[in-house]
Amino acid sequence: MIKILLSLLATLALGAAARAQTVDPAASELVFVTRQMGVPVEGRFKYWSAQVALDPRKPEAGSVVLRIQTDSVDFAAPEVTAEAQRAVWLDTSKFPQAVFQSSGIKAAGSGRYEMRGKLTLKGESHDMVVPVTLTQNGSRGTASGSFVVKRNDYRIGEGEWTDASLVAFEVQVRFRIALSGLPTS
Amino acid sequence: MNAAPQSPRYDATAIAAHWLLAALIALNLALGLYMHDLPLSPLRLRLFNWHKWAGITILALSALRLLWRLTHRPPPDLPMPAWQRAAAHSVHWAMYALFFAVPLAGWGYSSAAGFPVVWFGVLPLPDWVPVDSAWADALKALHKVAALTLAVLVLLHVVAALKHHVVDRDGLLQRMRPFQS
Repeated sequence: MIKILLSLLATLALGAAARAQTVDPAASELVFVTRQMGVPVEGRFKYWSAQVALDPRKPEAGSVVLRIQTDSVDFAAPEVTAEAQRAVWLDTSKFPQAVFQSSGIKAAGSGRYEMRGKLTLKGESHDMVVPVTLTQNGSRGTASGSFVVKRNDYRIGEGEWTDASLVAFEVQVRFRIALSGLPTS
Repeated sequence: MNAAPQSPRYDATAIAAHWLLAALIALNLALGLYMHDLPLSPLRLRLFNWHKWAGITILALSALRLLWRLTHRPPPDLPMPAWQRAAAHSVHWAMYALFFAVPLAGWGYSSAAGFPVVWFGVLPLPDWVPVDSAWADALKALHKVAALTLAVLVLLHVVAALKHHVVDRDGLLQRMRPFQS
């Protein structure tokens, strides 16, 4: 209960800082590429939600919270999808949600931003910097970017899979978030 | 063509290509049979990649071998009944067709299943089919049927060659025997 109140307060506080945008999930994607013995294998998360409050005129007042439903992980090969949910990988039954919470957004020139924040995944939290490019057309826009998550920082791929020559530690993450309700100048 | 008397043996390049590819194909057929229903594990991941690297190697070497075969005359046939001659030539050309069909179907299957083939983990090969489960299922079935057909033809080929050696005693094996000038 207290958690809900706190998050409500936080949302209100963020709302005061910058108006939130509406995310269009159909036009958005959260994709990642693992490298298995040199082979790029693409996966994605089908279900996630984002609370985005970006004001290009005042980026430092903005905030982003991304919540990912971990068992919506999806690969083209069904056996890889099933494997990714197992305890040695994402352990989706024990850790059903992964969260990215921004802590600060800085302008980096011409529609680009540097977003700092914390990623919590499989019970591990690490600070990270995510480059974001915002292309805006009126009140609509797309926030996109890519960054690297090191799977070993989050114990993803334990035991016999803790071998970077089989599955590389670096996982390239690519996101595209379609937004409406962006402030227009 | 050429008026010089024809050697009764295949040339050294053809002999080397025959035995190198025979070894690679036999190993890769055995590997495919062994690994195809392994549960997902580091071993399965390694074996599948080695199998794909070997398959692409077989495909590339077979292309060179076919070029060599088409530009170099093989030794004349030994005397044998016409049906045996026809059967031998049919099996040879069917095996050549499968040297291409089996790895191409496997490559396409891998692409369609969302695993692009990266030769020796270094050279990414193009995907010539989309990532699609219907394509993956169809190409997997084709890869399997083509590979098993190749295995049967290889056995026929070996049995026929041994029959010439043991029953006919016509010296047929000399045509392809390595390490002999």
